Amino acid sequence: MRCGSRLLARSGSGTAGVGALVAPARAPALLASRSFGSIGKGGRTHAPQWATAAEPLQGRAAFAAAARRVACAAAAAVAQPPAASGAAAEVEYEAVIGIETHVQLQTRTKAFCGCPNQYGGEPNSHVCPVCMGHPGTLPVLNGEAVKLAVMAGLALNCDVARRSKFDRKQYFYADLPKGYQISQYDQPICSGGHLAVDTPDGPRRFGVTRAHLEEDAGKSVHGGADGLAGSSHTLVDFNRAGVPLLEIVSEPDMRSGRDAALYGAELRRVVRFLGVGDGNMSEGSMRCDVNVSVRPKGQAQFGTKVEVKNMNSFSNMQKAIEFEIERQVALLRAGRGAEVVQETRLWDEGRQETTSMRKKEGLADYRYFPEPDLPDLELSDALMADAKASMAELPAEKRARYLSLGLPLADVLILADELGTAQFFDAAVDAGAPPKAAANWVMGDIMAACKEAKIGMESLEMSPQALAEMISLIDEGVISGKIAKDALPRLLAGDGNGGVRAFVEAQGMVQISDVSAVEAMVDAVLAANPKQLADYCGGKTKLAGFFTGQVMKESQGRVNPGLMQEVLQRRLQAAVDKAASAA
Amino acid sequence: MAPRAARSLVRELQQQVAGRQRSAVEVARDYLDRIRSVEGEVGAFITVDEAHALAQAEAIDARIAAGQDAGPLAGVPIAVKDNICTRGLRTTAGSKVLECYVPPFDATAVERLRAAGAVIVGKTNMDEFGMGSSTENSAYKPTRNPWDLARVPGGSSGGSAAAVAAGQAAAALGSDTGGSIRQPAHFCGVVGLKPSYGRVSRYGLVAYASSLDVVGPLAGSVEDAARLLTAMAGHDARDSSSSQEPSVDFAAALQPLDRLPSRPLAGKRVGVIAQTMGAGVSAGVAAAVQGAIKQLEALGAEVEEVSLPSFDAGLPAYYVLALSEASSNLSRYDGIRYGLRSPEESGLKQLYEATRGAGLGAEVKRRILMGTYALSAGYYDAYYQRAQKVRTLVQRDMTSALQRFDFLVSPAAPTPAYKLGEKSSDPLEMYKGDLMTVNLNLAGLPAVVLPCGLAGPDSPGAPGLPVGLQMVGRMFGEAELLAAAHVFEQTAGALAGAAPAVAAGAAAAPARR
Repeated sequence: MRCGSRLLARSGSGTAGVGALVAPARAPALLASRSFGSIGKGGRTHAPQWATAAEPLQGRAAFAAAARRVACAAAAAVAQPPAASGAAAEVEYEAVIGIETHVQLQTRTKAFCGCPNQYGGEPNSHVCPVCMGHPGTLPVLNGEAVKLAVMAGLALNCDVARRSKFDRKQYFYADLPKGYQISQYDQPICSGGHLAVDTPDGPRRFGVTRAHLEEDAGKSVHGGADGLAGSSHTLVDFNRAGVPLLEIVSEPDMRSGRDAALYGAELRRVVRFLGVGDGNMSEGSMRCDVNVSVRPKGQAQFGTKVEVKNMNSFSNMQKAIEFEIERQVALLRAGRGAEVVQETRLWDEGRQETTSMRKKEGLADYRYFPEPDLPDLELSDALMADAKASMAELPAEKRARYLSLGLPLADVLILADELGTAQFFDAAVDAGAPPKAAANWVMGDIMAACKEAKIGMESLEMSPQALAEMISLIDEGVISGKIAKDALPRLLAGDGNGGVRAFVEAQGMVQISDVSAVEAMVDAVLAANPKQLADYCGGKTKLAGFFTGQVMKESQGRVNPGLMQEVLQRRLQAAVDKAASAA
Repeated sequence: MAPRAARSLVRELQQQVAGRQRSAVEVARDYLDRIRSVEGEVGAFITVDEAHALAQAEAIDARIAAGQDAGPLAGVPIAVKDNICTRGLRTTAGSKVLECYVPPFDATAVERLRAAGAVIVGKTNMDEFGMGSSTENSAYKPTRNPWDLARVPGGSSGGSAAAVAAGQAAAALGSDTGGSIRQPAHFCGVVGLKPSYGRVSRYGLVAYASSLDVVGPLAGSVEDAARLLTAMAGHDARDSSSSQEPSVDFAAALQPLDRLPSRPLAGKRVGVIAQTMGAGVSAGVAAAVQGAIKQLEALGAEVEEVSLPSFDAGLPAYYVLALSEASSNLSRYDGIRYGLRSPEESGLKQLYEATRGAGLGAEVKRRILMGTYALSAGYYDAYYQRAQKVRTLVQRDMTSALQRFDFLVSPAAPTPAYKLGEKSSDPLEMYKGDLMTVNLNLAGLPAVVLPCGLAGPDSPGAPGLPVGLQMVGRMFGEAELLAAAHVFEQTAGALAGAAPAVAAGAAAAPARR
């Protein structure tokens, strides 16, 4: 065979200049090795495990498709919001915001092959011929992804199509193995839903246009510079290629950054409560692209829409939108409305502003057509039933239930914010804890401890049953609230999981409620502080607090506070009477 | 009735090997010798896999020596078209862009043949990515027709057809997107079977047009084709378009000549597709097909002409759909993950352009361009969408005709094999040659082409050229289709007395005395 010599001759030396390939990846053929990406000199380099791709030089990436997932911008037309001019100041503007959210579905394997769907891992270790787009390979749809999509669709109040289909969305980019993404174009699996959000200001409702299944692309890592611009080479990791995504498209119902953050946070709650995805924005398993336009209030027609990407939290999303609204309004007010153009901008967290990544010169033509390798997606009755049976309690349902328990809205919003919190609370209530008391403990010391430890409540050592028992011991007077607070650090560590009563007894934390014992303690304190007692009898009645503190101290906080007060008052009164009669 | 029946080389070899008359290694060596002896003239192979072929044969012999069943294709040397992936054996699809591509997996069809005991001897030449009808679009070399070395073997499975005709392999695998098994079978005087879409898994078949592509056998006899189909057919979890239709032993129902009744096709209704019998069909082809029709009648079939109104619309619709899908399927050859990569490194776009510019041939580029155009915004409805409607019409016409008839017949192509270079400068002329075959891909129906006669020499002193008859069956009706084709083959003696000009080994030439 004549293979090889010419192709391998240029095995990289690792010293290529700007714009050149650095990594020695001239893989002419993919052998059945895990290091799919590259073969070094003579094809023997061991496991570089990265495929490399040459890099579009700055300003040459004219093809729209490529730029779609490029992580960083070419030279930035950095926009500071221009100063508003007073002339047009009386026009009031409103923003119109829509959000496209990509949610990675938490399946065991990828969307169309058997590779593990797992974040991280050695680059190009979760790949196979199918997700690497080898010649002759074919996609086979992951049924679990379909089920999760159906569950999400039901949760979003969508029409779930019993028949939908897949299409190919075509563009070239180094991290897109087949040169097309399998997606759903004109017949999405879910459409026409909404998301209801409870806010301190009352309920809100945002429309969901559609949600469709598709596959993720690989990840490009640009080397030799901070971003794409100026980078000398690009490494591609295909571990993510083929991970199932649900793209959820909202109606343009949001009017502010806060609206968008509310929608995003509720959507993430839904995703997490259902177990459809982990909603982790920093790892990219949930990614939001927002479309922002502004228009004079009252105008029906939309303004020019700008797409903003690269927000890794909802607070950043809110800030990015607020910045973008301000920028656009200022341009309009300054009579520079023409400078608001259809483009993609990136949120720069460091500089707290959006910068232009690329202008859209006409719509990209993805040449969608039906995916011939996959039959139409028909949802069986069994699948629908399975999806319905797998539905967990949704955030809105949880909130409604908590309100019905008599909890105030402010508490409800906190308790039902995170799944771990809600589950802990629910389990404590199920174990008999009164809701309000459980809520107070959960939202108070327990949440503070979790924040301190930077863990979710689901990772807490303490069992919710221990919380319930602790609350019942307080109510029974076995321990005081104060003892409970003192015991909490040990209980949080799981020390009370085998029985809180046994724990407090073993620790000698049980409240002293025996009258004679309390009388003895009070008498001892009074006897030990004759001066203070004399002052008290002389009219310094504020010293009652001093004695209370001393008894508490002596008893190491274990004395029953009510009983102790009763005894103390009696004894002090006796002392006063005695002093008076002596005088 | 002609006295001579086409032999089942596959059955004979399997029986010899399983019966220990010859070892699989002996058979493999014999065929490797045969390949060598005529390959310089025919050029059927892109890669011959001598070492691995012998290793496979040794494994078969070891199984037999251990008293195990070595399978229904034990020791049978088979050539595989170079667009069907073979683990550890490079698979180029006839393209420079995959010159050094070695698949880490076997296509399902190959895996099943291997499991049945077949020995893969090499990979056969083809038009690049299946795009062509003469094998002249191979990026490597042309293949020559063993019947007349000045002529093309047809395409795109020209290497497979030529290898079978020249006795270089007992049988071969091809792929058929618009006639790529059947037209070369017609040109080379062998049997070519395009199974129903979905009958054989496409997993590992380098995609040209996914909704049309099928893998199928080329062989010296209908029985051989049936034996290969039996080994390959059946659902494959790795191909979502593969059918759940239960597989059967397609060779079991084939009756030997001496057991056939006098009118074995009595009661069978055969429709001759009117649109394929008129102008444009060469006299030699027309005469041979007419002869075949007479033979079918003599065998008891009721033959009638049937008009399919949508027939002529099929060809343009086929090209729109095939090229649209091709433009998408070939996007993956970008130089990033495998295959050819240009040393160009000033940018990603430049890398794409240089890699694809150097790696893909002119015809492939032409087809990608046309397909891209057809799918572009503003043209989609006029081309792709409309072609899909035509496809539905073609399917409907074919299916309704097959309610009235058990089989449809037509020529496989308008002319016998033409000369190298004769049509390569005129793509449109080449496309027109697919008229008679593409509709079956649009409809997904099974069709077999088998020799039905010789077209007389077109110039004094030139040899006669084989002509094939195309028989079309009902969806998943391969068993009935092959049974009827077998009857025709066994009784017609179509190529009796004729032989390819170049063939290795005395017993190699298919279907001849």
